[in-house]
Amino acid sequence: MDWGFILERTFSTMLGVEVMVFAMAAVGLNIQFGYAGLLNFGQVGFMAAGAYGLGVTINYFQWSFAVGILFGVVYSIVLALILGVPTLRLRADYLAIVTIAASETIRLFVRWRQMKEITGASEGIGGFADPFYDFALNPFNPGQRYDFGPFSYLGRDLWVLTVGWILLIVMVLLVKRLMSSPWGRALKAIREDEDAARALGKNAYMYKLQALMLGGVIGGFAGMLQVVQKGSIQPDTFNPVITFTIWAILILGGPGRTWSPIVGSMIYWALISFLENVLRQLPDGPAGALEDTIKLSDFNISQLRFILVGLGLLLLARYRPQGIFGSREEMALNDR
Amino acid sequence: MTADETIANPIAGVFDDVAATPGSAKPDPIIVADDVQRRFGGLLAVNVDHLEIQRGSITALIGPNGAGKTTFFNLLTSFDKQDGGRIQFDGADITSVPSYKLAKRGMVRTFQLTKALSRMTVIDNMKLGATGQVGESLWKALLPVWGAQEREIEERADALLERFNLTHMRDEFAGTMSGGQRKLVEMARALMTEPKLVMLDEPMAGVNPALTQSLLGHVKGLRAEGRTVIFVEHDMDVVRDISDWVVVMAEGSIIAEGTPDDIGANQEVIDAYLGAHTDSDFFDDIETAVAAEAGSPERRGDES
Repeated sequence: MDWGFILERTFSTMLGVEVMVFAMAAVGLNIQFGYAGLLNFGQVGFMAAGAYGLGVTINYFQWSFAVGILFGVVYSIVLALILGVPTLRLRADYLAIVTIAASETIRLFVRWRQMKEITGASEGIGGFADPFYDFALNPFNPGQRYDFGPFSYLGRDLWVLTVGWILLIVMVLLVKRLMSSPWGRALKAIREDEDAARALGKNAYMYKLQALMLGGVIGGFAGMLQVVQKGSIQPDTFNPVITFTIWAILILGGPGRTWSPIVGSMIYWALISFLENVLRQLPDGPAGALEDTIKLSDFNISQLRFILVGLGLLLLARYRPQGIFGSREEMALNDR
Repeated sequence: MTADETIANPIAGVFDDVAATPGSAKPDPIIVADDVQRRFGGLLAVNVDHLEIQRGSITALIGPNGAGKTTFFNLLTSFDKQDGGRIQFDGADITSVPSYKLAKRGMVRTFQLTKALSRMTVIDNMKLGATGQVGESLWKALLPVWGAQEREIEERADALLERFNLTHMRDEFAGTMSGGQRKLVEMARALMTEPKLVMLDEPMAGVNPALTQSLLGHVKGLRAEGRTVIFVEHDMDVVRDISDWVVVMAEGSIIAEGTPDDIGANQEVIDAYLGAHTDSDFFDDIETAVAAEAGSPERRGDES
């Protein structure tokens, strides 16, 4: 086994597009669940809203890339309002039901054949991302390969990563600032006890709606970055598994902590990459044994790594339920 | 109780000329409720024809379990919607004003089941209480415009923690505190709103006798500062000790009003509690009735 190669792959994954996109979506979810206590089980719906806001605006309406971004934001806000206005006055579980249903509705709607002209139905949208790479400030040549020590990136990916990571760091710092402000304090109070916050003059409904919108817009940006990197929008990539992965990442990092989305995402994807590369390079002995017992083939490896990560999450829930950054004492207070 | 006796009562004598009848007029009411009703299905849970609460007084709201005290409390604070009637606070109609706006107008409440915000520190609990915070707007929170106000709020919070002997808990999570300390934090936090009217729902429930004395002192302190206090309470010793005026509810209606002495002699009240005529001392009887209802005779034992 080539451990150098395995570690190299693992580390380059940690700075990769998947880590960045999922961390960003988790930053949004962290505002909603970690700080405001909102159960949003449809974060992928916000990613789709951002992605299609961008793609449809450019491809169907033939407007510019900048207007596309604006519409990605607008779609995310509109989705938050549609989901939040009727449900946020009700008990917390209603939002959970509505969000998970809405995210699937969005996916099925955009892949509907009647929508072919606008959303491209099941084939999706392509050819909208070029302005992003042709942007004047882009110092990289999209087609060229750039080497950094052992790591090698295509110029195209390097530009996405540069923009994405800067955006992600700015968003995390923004959240950090917000949560140490009186606004964040009121939000946390609403998470702890809505009635107490109301009795002290806080409009809980408005705060929750703002949190849903803000987290949704950040999720929308994650969706936009993802499809810009891919160069196309495929409706079926916006499936509920994405939402659950974002949840796993947030819980891994520890909800309600500033840097947990980034660290959670890094650990999650590094683990996936590490397991995949290890399984692919098993020496003949163990590989043969696995093939005989659980029919492990190249094809099954991608399944098995998720099974193993799931097992890891199970152990985390048992032995470190507060996540990487969370404090166990703080978590225990919740049970009283 | 010796220390408490020194706390001044600025409204002593105000009730001398007030009739001890349900719905009687007060010289300077801060709350006026008219025809307030709340129905749960076929049950008329609250049916208050007329009630005035004297400004600056400590008014106790008592009554057997299920009398509608807490529901009436929720109606006064807009935590529940009345099916009919009108409520005035400080001269303005607040019938359909949402609960969060009442804090800004000077009305604040606490809860029967204490609502300490567990996973926030005590000082953050306190700072939350301040109204009119610039940094509570999403946009302004990002700008450097709330720092000065935050420092002013923190000073006020620290002063209140000092007054309630909670300074040592300042940076602890509220969830780590004892039940009694939570009651104190909840009351101190309510004071951060600088209220004219403080509404306490069973402030002494589950608090040990030593802390009860301290809480009583704090409630009298509110009156000494010119604030109005309305509280729901089951412990008749407490009611007799601190209230200037007592309002008795039974089956949703107000059946009696008066000074603690008037109420002690009121046959209708005794009937409401015991459902039978009796000539023994009222407060002892109520205590027994309440203790039996709560299934906790120990509570009386604690005090002796």
